[in-house]
Parts: sequence; structure tokens; C-alpha cells
Amino acid sequence: MLEINNLHVKLEEEGKVILHGVDLTIGAGEVHAIMGPNGSGKSTLSYVLSGRDGYEVTEGSARLDGRELLEMEPEERAAAGLFLAFQYPVEIPGVGNMTFLRTAVNAQRKARGEDELSAGDFLKIVREKAKALKIDAEMLKRPVNVGFSGGEKKRNEILQMAMLEPRMCILDETDSGLDVDAMKLVADGVNALRGTGRSFLVITHYQRLLDHIRPDVVHIMAAGRIVKTGGPELALEVEANGYADILNEVG
Amino acid sequence: MALPKAREDALTARLATLALPADRGWLAAVRSEALARLTAMGLPARRDEYWRYTDPASLNAPEAPAAVRFSAGDEAEPFDGMDRLKLVFVDGVFDAAASDDLTLSGVTIERLAQAGEKDIHWAQGLYGQLETRGQSPVPRPFAALNSAFATDGVLIHVTGRATRPISLVYVHQSETSDAILHHCVKLDPGASLTLLEDGPAAARLSMVLEVDIADGAQFHHIRLQGRDHQRRAVTHLFARIGAKAEMRSFTLTANGRLTRNEAVVELAGAEGRAHLAGATVGDGDFHHDDTVFVTHAAVACESRQVFKKVLMNGAVGVFQGKILVKPGAQKTDGYQISQSLLLDEDSQFLAKPELEIYADDVKCSHGSTSGAIDEVALFYLQSRGIPRRRAQALLVLAFLAEAIQEIADEAIAEDIRGRLERWLARHGSNG
Repeated sequence: MLEINNLHVKLEEEGKVILHGVDLTIGAGEVHAIMGPNGSGKSTLSYVLSGRDGYEVTEGSARLDGRELLEMEPEERAAAGLFLAFQYPVEIPGVGNMTFLRTAVNAQRKARGEDELSAGDFLKIVREKAKALKIDAEMLKRPVNVGFSGGEKKRNEILQMAMLEPRMCILDETDSGLDVDAMKLVADGVNALRGTGRSFLVITHYQRLLDHIRPDVVHIMAAGRIVKTGGPELALEVEANGYADILNEVG
Repeated sequence: MALPKAREDALTARLATLALPADRGWLAAVRSEALARLTAMGLPARRDEYWRYTDPASLNAPEAPAAVRFSAGDEAEPFDGMDRLKLVFVDGVFDAAASDDLTLSGVTIERLAQAGEKDIHWAQGLYGQLETRGQSPVPRPFAALNSAFATDGVLIHVTGRATRPISLVYVHQSETSDAILHHCVKLDPGASLTLLEDGPAAARLSMVLEVDIADGAQFHHIRLQGRDHQRRAVTHLFARIGAKAEMRSFTLTANGRLTRNEAVVELAGAEGRAHLAGATVGDGDFHHDDTVFVTHAAVACESRQVFKKVLMNGAVGVFQGKILVKPGAQKTDGYQISQSLLLDEDSQFLAKPELEIYADDVKCSHGSTSGAIDEVALFYLQSRGIPRRRAQALLVLAFLAEAIQEIADEAIAEDIRGRLERWLARHGSNG
């Protein structure tokens, strides 16, 4: 589904190279995790894939279902089925959460040549999905993420994911700032979306999220490259011994 | 004191194209007094303190600079479908045939020219009177000129709760029309009225609206200034607000080469409320100036000034806003915010917020900001599949929201949001 080949990326302003040739292939329905120390390039990878400004791709490609993502606008990538759950969801004063969700859902439907959802149908679907994530009507009415707690923001990300039904979901440190109960709620939301047609890339520092969202494949990223790939046991190894052993071994 | 030569010449040139309408009644004397005020102060010049940011030249010019009429396309007329009493002015002249009958329960409506023929009239205490009070401490020559030379207008006396809004519709027909309109609204104690205004009115419009709001009365005012790109307008709203009375005034300005909207409001009775708001969107050759002066002259009054401007492709926005709290006006609650959203580096916003406070138990806040669109928020919206322009429009509407919230009627607020959304879709920015 997602195929990243030899991806090299530098920061536009500083010229600093962040990714030094990332190769990663995620098949349909698979859940991959990327772990790695701070500054290894994990978040940069998620931003570059979703099309954030400020990065320059100097080499390589990233294809979703065979289509080159790197040439698309962020909204085209979303319509193509890519979704990034932000590490720090953005607060947007003045834009109601409900308006935001409906605009996004209908914009994607329109981009794919589908009919827009009627207000009634939309409301029914959003209420049902919000309920599963324990998001109340009040949160739906408030401006996007404004005044939300850390846990509410992350649940709101998962609600957007559930509404937009992307094919490829990237979760950028979705566990950061969450207590155990909130993490469980978020993980349940993600697990409910798992299926043969949908793949996940879970970026995290810690193994604990992977107790709840069980990955098929675990990658270790360091200094802008994927340095080791293995099964779920790799995450346990990191948890027990830290990154030092692995980095020494590959370095 | 004689005016400097340049000002004398400018005034002489302007007056040469104007003639005092031939009223025989009370209005004749009032017009002469206004002309005397104008002659004493002269027309504004760039070096005047409150004209530094806006060039009055095209407003001073003897003839109105030509302005092509704008086709609204498939955009519906504002307030269409609302149950309202419609009064139509074409190039500043009342059009009786296009207007509704001037009868409304709890309200008397008269044309200025007819009322001016009488020897005694209630408007004697209002026409030119609030304007005169508003000439100090800041002179407002265009308002004096208007009081002297207004060619048409309506005098509205509200004795009860008006059952329908009065809607003034300003049609612009001639490309060189120069309209001078003067309206007065007097609300008796406990009375209420919603006044709607829309349309460009003329190539060049001078408008004065004097409103006397007695104790416990309510006046709601919503104005949509016409979208003709080349039109020019200088408007003055003078209001006096009694005890426990309320005024809410909202103006939407989209397009127009030059607009100067002055509001001069006096909170004269305890616990009065004045809310003034403006939402402005300008693209290219567009200069918009809000000059506001709110005086707290009584205890426990509340005032809000909320002015938001979205500017692109070299458009210019100006805000000059003052809150004056007079001695003894304790428990004043004053709020003023003026903000601009600059969609490119060619556009600019000039702001001069002022507070002058002579009471000690007062809450007054003011803020003025100028900023670009939030790129992080924009990316967040795009990453959810919302196209960049639509995402930008959402953020622009969010920016304007605080001003639009000042509209009490939710249906009108929703209509205005829709108009702004469509305007934004038509006017792409560089960003």
C-alpha cells in the first residue's frame, strides 16, 4: 500500500539533512511501528508524507497505492487516503469542530467524485462514532481542539480518522501526553478501524502503546534511516535495553 | 479665525458645486448653522490628526469621481425575503414608487424635505444637533457639510416597538452621482427599532445618521455597504444613548475604493450599552477607515468596539478608535479590539487605538493586532482533505467571527457569513 524508497529530506531553511534514505514498505492491512530516539527523523517522516511545508525532498519517492504522494498537495494526499494523526493537534479558534469535520468529509467525497453527505446523515454517523470514543456533544460543538485536554485532542484525532476512513493512517506519537486510561481509549478506537483495507504506521517512543495496538512489524529508526526491522519482539527488546545496544549493533 | 489659503480655496471650490436646498421651515435655519460650522473649520486635509491615514482629496473634490456600477451577479439582494418596510433611494433620491408605504405601527416616517417645510418639528432637536455635539473635540467637516446640503433622507420617530425592520435600500445608477443623505431616528423611552441599510447609494456618498435613543430603548442597526469597486463613501453615525438603552451597530464592507465610516457615540444615561462592530474584506484598490469615538458620560455603561479587516493585494485598512471616560463615569466597562488579517505583504493596516480615562473605577481594555493567516492551522485543515482556498476561507471567517457575533439576529448573521464565504471564493489571495 505505502512504498517509500530511498527518501532523502532536508530542512528548507537550515539545509540540515534529516532523512538519509528511508526505505519502508507497508502492505495492505498491516500495522507497522517506528521507534527510535529523539531526533531520529520519525516526525519528519510523517510530516513529509503528509505534505507539510518547510521540507525539501532531495531524492527518493513515496507512493500510496502506486501514486506518487510527494507531488500532491496535502489535501490531495488526504483524498488519496492518507491520514496523519498529529502529535500536537492544532487549535483553531472560531471554527466549530462539527463544521470542520463535515467540511473535511465532504471535501474528500467531492475530490473522489462521490456525493456529499446530507446534514442528517452526517450527524447520525458522527454521533455514533463520537460515542464510541466518549466524545460528547459539547466537544463537537466547540471550536476545533480549543480548550481540549491532551486526551480529548487525541480522541478528536481518532474521531477524524474514523470519519474520513483513510487507507493509510500515520499516528505520530499519539501516546504522548496520555494517561493509561486515555491511551486505552485511543487504542480501542484505532483497533476498531483495523482491517484488511487499512494500514497503520505507528510512530512512538515507547513500547506501551504497542501493548494496545499490536504491530505486525517494528522498525527502529536512527539518524534518518531505518536501521533494524523485526517483529513485535523488537519493541520489547527496546523497552528492556534501550536503543544503545541496537544502535551499537548496527552502527 | 480665517482658514489658511489652501483650505479656503478647497472649500470655495467644493461649495461652488453645492446649493442650499430651499427649505422654508425650521430646516433652513439649521442648514445655515451647519454651513457656518463648515466654513469655520474648512474641509479636512491630510495633515489633520484624524486624516493622516486616509486621503480626503477625492471626498473634497467638487465633482464625484466616476464609479462604474457593479453587477451583483446571482447574489441575492441583502435582507431579501425578510419582512421589512423598504425605502428605496436611487442615487440619493427617494423613490416613492419603489418603496413601501410609509406606515408602520409605532413609528412615524417622513421625508426630510417635507418635514423641513414645517415651522415646528420634533427633528429640530435632533437634526444637526448630535452632529454639532460630535464636532468636539474632533472636527468632522463632512458631517457639517452633510447637515447643510443633504438633499434627501428620512426622519423616523419610534414611539413603540416597531413590528418590522425599516430597510433603507441605496441604489447606485448614475456613474457620477454624488449623494448627500441625512437621516434622523428618535426612539422614545422603551421603544425599539431595527434599521437595515444596504447598497452603494452613489458614485460618492455622504451619509449622516443621527440617532437619539431614550431610556430603555433599543436600536439595532445593520449596514451592508455596496460592493461597487469604485464607489466612495464618507458616513457618520451620531448616537446618544439614554439610561438602560442599547445600541448595536454592525457594518459589513466588501469592496469600495474609499470608505470612511465614523461613529460618534455618547453613553449619556446610567447602564447604557453601545456595541459597534465592523467586518471588512478588501481586495486591491481598497481603502477602508473606521474612525470611532465612544464617550462614557454616565455610570455603569458598557461599550464594545469590534472591528476586523481582511486585506489582500494591496488593500489598506485604518482603525482610529477612542474610548473617553468622563469624570464620574464609574463602573465603566469599555472594550475595543481592532484586528487585521493581511493575506499578503502588499496590504497594510494602520491603527490608532486610544483611551482617555477620567474616572478611577473603570474596566477598559483595548487591543490591536495585525497578522497573517496561521500556516499551521491551514496545513492541519488541508491535511484533512480541505482544499487550500476553502481552508483559508474557513480561517478568515473564524477571524471575522467576533465581529459577526455582534449581530443580534442570527438569520442575518448567517446570511452575512454566506456572503463573506462567497466573496472569499471569488477573491483568491496570493497566499
